[in-house]
Amino acid sequence: MKLKSLLPLGIFVVLVVFLAIGLTLDPRKLPSTFIDKPAPDFTLSQLLDESKTISPKDLKGKVYLLNVWASWCVACRQEHPLLMELAKSGTIPIYGLNYKDVPQPDDPPGQATRFNAKRFITAFGNPYTISAYDEDGRVGIDYGVYGAPETFLIDKDGIIRHKHIGPLTGEALINEILPLAKKLEG
Amino acid sequence: MRLFILLLTVCFVSVSAYAGEARPNSENPIIEARMLALSKELRCVVCQNESLAGSQAALANDLRQEIRDMMGAGMSDHQIVDFFVERYGDFVLYNPPLKPLNYVLWFGPAVLLVLGFVAVFFTIRKRRLADATVLSSEDHRRAQELLGDGERKK
Repeated sequence: MKLKSLLPLGIFVVLVVFLAIGLTLDPRKLPSTFIDKPAPDFTLSQLLDESKTISPKDLKGKVYLLNVWASWCVACRQEHPLLMELAKSGTIPIYGLNYKDVPQPDDPPGQATRFNAKRFITAFGNPYTISAYDEDGRVGIDYGVYGAPETFLIDKDGIIRHKHIGPLTGEALINEILPLAKKLEG
Repeated sequence: MRLFILLLTVCFVSVSAYAGEARPNSENPIIEARMLALSKELRCVVCQNESLAGSQAALANDLRQEIRDMMGAGMSDHQIVDFFVERYGDFVLYNPPLKPLNYVLWFGPAVLLVLGFVAVFFTIRKRRLADATVLSSEDHRRAQELLGDGERKK
């Protein structure tokens, strides 16, 4: 009888536990479905040198980060100092995918397509070995990008090993990304 | 009258021209209809409580265009859905597939309903049994006493 009277309390506790777990989950962070799959192939022109192209095929044999960014992306600005620091340390090469960085509605008409991205690099520094210029966002879609910034860790065989959604944090770098990169480097 | 007809014609001509300009993406009505039907089944990953069909987010626009292109390239609805699931997971599907990971999602409500019925059944049965409790002869005696039999005996 005493046990039975505790039942509502028990149900309540279970509910609270489930709701508490629910509160800590971020629905914006989709489960990474691309982990351990080959990075989608592309050939894009380089942001700073239109005459040259860049493709993941050129990067085979390297462990590298692919950072999806855009000058209109506020969170990209937030993570930028960290990328600069990481680039300076030379721990791992960072390649950029400049995602849909085209003139915005409030930009003056006739502004060059790459102006915003180039200005960003000039103003805040360039942590990227090379940035690919994905004007229409097609490559972004292929990579399942749904909000910049996103950062992929890609191994020597061109396989995606880790995906970080949102601005990089020192914590994520030190605890997850760099140790994994070191392991992949072998 | 002739002028009126001419004016009317001009009106219609300009309207149809305008309509042509306003829909640059839908050259093929069959693909457009297929795309709309399919995109209702898919979640917009940026604004997560909207379908891809109803969302005005830039990414949703791009993805709708991607669907059009894939359909134009002859891909089946099934292949396109696979393309989305590969990138964003089952989460993009408003109609999630029946697989062990999703069993709780699919059967949870039904199980809870059945559990509810079971609980109601047992509660009602218990109440019935309680109502039908037979009084012992001692209970009858006490009841009669309380109801006034004892008074008469006095």
